[in-house]
Amino acid sequence: MDLPTVWFFLIATLWLGYFFLEGFDFGVGMLLGIGTRDEKERRVLINTIGPVWDGNEVWVIVAVGATFAAFPDWYAALLSGAYLPVLFVLLSLIGRGVAFEYRGKVDSVRWRRNWDRIIQIGSWVPPLGWGFIITATVTGLPIDVNGDLRGGPIDLVRIETLLGALALAGFSLLHGAVFLGLKTDGDIRWRMQRFARRYGALLLLPGAALLAIVQIRHGSAWTAVVAGVAVLASVGALLLLPRGRTGQAFTLLGVMLAAVVVVLFGSLYPNVMPSTIDSMFTLTVAEAASSPYTLSVITWVAAFGTPAVLIYQGWTYWVFRRRISTAHIPTVRVP
Amino acid sequence: MEILDVARWQFGITTVYHFLMVPLTIGLALLVAIMQTAWHRTGDPRYLAMTKFWGKLMLINFAMGVVTGIVQEFQFGMNWSAYSRFVGDVFGAPLAMEGLVAFFVESTFLGLWIFGWDRLSKRLHLASIWAAALATVASAYFILAANSWMQHPVGVEIGPDGDPRLNSIWELLTNSTVLAAFPHTLAGSLAVAGTVLIGISAWHLARRHRDTPIDDPDRRVWHTSLRLGGWVGLASFAAVAVSGDFQAKLMFEQQPMKMAAAEALCETEEPAGFSIFAIGDLTDPSCDNVVSVTVPALLSFLAEGDFESEVQGIEDLIPAYQEQYGSHYPDDPRLGELAGMPIDYVPSLPVTYWGFRFMIGFGTIAAAAAAAALWFTRGGRVPRSRWFAPVALASIATPFLANTFGWIFTEMGRQPFVVVPNPTGVDGVYMFTASAVSAGVSLGEAVFSLVALTLVYAALAVVELFLLIRYARAGVGGVMRPPWEKPDPPDDDPSGPSDSGDDDGDGDAKGTGQDVLSFAY
Repeated sequence: MDLPTVWFFLIATLWLGYFFLEGFDFGVGMLLGIGTRDEKERRVLINTIGPVWDGNEVWVIVAVGATFAAFPDWYAALLSGAYLPVLFVLLSLIGRGVAFEYRGKVDSVRWRRNWDRIIQIGSWVPPLGWGFIITATVTGLPIDVNGDLRGGPIDLVRIETLLGALALAGFSLLHGAVFLGLKTDGDIRWRMQRFARRYGALLLLPGAALLAIVQIRHGSAWTAVVAGVAVLASVGALLLLPRGRTGQAFTLLGVMLAAVVVVLFGSLYPNVMPSTIDSMFTLTVAEAASSPYTLSVITWVAAFGTPAVLIYQGWTYWVFRRRISTAHIPTVRVP
Repeated sequence: MEILDVARWQFGITTVYHFLMVPLTIGLALLVAIMQTAWHRTGDPRYLAMTKFWGKLMLINFAMGVVTGIVQEFQFGMNWSAYSRFVGDVFGAPLAMEGLVAFFVESTFLGLWIFGWDRLSKRLHLASIWAAALATVASAYFILAANSWMQHPVGVEIGPDGDPRLNSIWELLTNSTVLAAFPHTLAGSLAVAGTVLIGISAWHLARRHRDTPIDDPDRRVWHTSLRLGGWVGLASFAAVAVSGDFQAKLMFEQQPMKMAAAEALCETEEPAGFSIFAIGDLTDPSCDNVVSVTVPALLSFLAEGDFESEVQGIEDLIPAYQEQYGSHYPDDPRLGELAGMPIDYVPSLPVTYWGFRFMIGFGTIAAAAAAAALWFTRGGRVPRSRWFAPVALASIATPFLANTFGWIFTEMGRQPFVVVPNPTGVDGVYMFTASAVSAGVSLGEAVFSLVALTLVYAALAVVELFLLIRYARAGVGGVMRPPWEKPDPPDDDPSGPSDSGDDDGDGDAKGTGQDVLSFAY
């Protein structure tokens, strides 16, 4: 494998890590609005992801940073091409990050309600936006010979990109509910498990439709096999949920996500961004890549950095492995 | 208005705003790590209170630093796609390194620190804050390395497509410019944290402790914090001055136009005097109307380290630049109204001239405030004067202002270039700001994002200040039950005691256990 291909693979892996990790913490944020009854339950939800969401978010920062370093042309075309969706994601991430830190800092119902609303918006918009943006890079944008977008933001709105948005949001919501089934205890745990059982299939539907479209239009024989794995894993997860095998279902959802990401990026390769105007303008892995020297430098950094990240982030999850319930939530102490 | 102006305003606003948060985070994280170490070593509850109180202020501010940092990473691609394509081979590498080896550590270990008070052993918990604090420092290094490359492009060659190609990451990371900028910025960050400690502590001492005994635990918290802030403020000022002098000498060599503009030095002088202040119309590029009050020969010393050397003035530099980089912008339609226009090689004189002076001036005020605070609190004294607390509080603003003007000076001073050609940089590697902007983005989109980000930032600034003031006023009691107070009867929180029973943590500090989750979120 040459270095540009290695980096294409690594960037796909970073996105997978991001969708998996921040996927469930987005889901928890979404459920803050639709799955809780009182303030203590909301604090339980927030505390399940409190120690880890910031670390999870770094995955996207590194995914985008790595794209800048390894494929500058891809970075430039994608972020300027999907300008408004990226902006909305940014604004939501700003609000969300601040809201987690600030919501408990003043003891007032109105104060908390407002920040909770920002957490909810901030948990819905980014998965919708990233689903939209990543599907756009897989299925192509109207880019010209310089890699600049021709036309306006409306040209990005297509059935695939909309499905991509819904698919990631649906997955995150389900993933979040299953995660809460693992991390909480008491009444809230049973409610989350019931939610996942009831709506699981519905939430995975847009993803299945997107998978079918991408496979038919852009896929190959080997991606069909991986798509089959995705389908099997999701069916497995949906069957395990009613039996209370939450941990296994959570793992299978991860397998499904990995398979879908492989199909998406696998059918994209060897391109990084197809042009819907003219295939001559399509950006390929080879063309968009940085020089071999730059790639080898960041490969060394990644070779040492990535395992370390996995180890200490894994350890963080181990440290905070205990279930949380309303009984653990103390009275807020604020000035 | 052209998209170039909008993109520049957005970059300026988001960057200056981001750099209000970052120095406070860097400085406070290091000081909190030191406070917790002191607690770990001595067991003195005063240090625990300090760790929690200043740690809380750090966290309130950290959240803002993180979220505004994401915007920085993304907007190169959003608004400056031509720039991103030109420098991606070079500039992306330090950014990716920052994420992989610094920011991951910072975010993960800060999460462990916030929530780990009763989950981790004391030693591991202390290690977490150190890991986070040192990662903020590493973060700063990588970002400054990227920025320094734009000021002084090294470690590259021109590739087959005419764009720079990295050929030595070592040269990029040991760029003389970053070696000067890093200590300067780090010291500037510590100066910010130092004056914050001084201002808030002085206020508490003046308000509550004029007549409390010298061994009162709360008084000791503020007294120790103030003294720490004072020493940090003084030491960082010394480091700022030394590194700044070194930086200025480099800048005379690398970007003579920036320094000539900073001095409003129109004609070449030998020896050159340092301008204290100038009267007249600095916007007039011929500088005929500028009267400057100068210290003779000092500028020669700043530039070359002696009192005789010649320093080149703007009017002699312009023809040199025109000869090397052309007198007119290329006739490229992507440059908009600038295509074919003459290139103005002189950065905005009022901005560079006053930016440089305000940076130095406000930095000096901060140092004076630190010295005064130390003097007034010597030997455990509490100042009796009425004006001490308000002046100390007001001085909090000065290092923030100094940092801001420093950055405005250094970034605006390199215009019209985004990547500055240098005599000691790699030959032929430069880029005009005007040709760096995204071609595929519409003016409407750019204006929308400028307005949206500015409004959101403004609203968040109000909220952050409100919270910082609220927690600063509340003192130790706002973040924990003060360790020297007796616990309340256990009727307010039936769930608290049962929580501490089933955990396996061995490092639970007295009085912290049930405060853990409320310390967090």
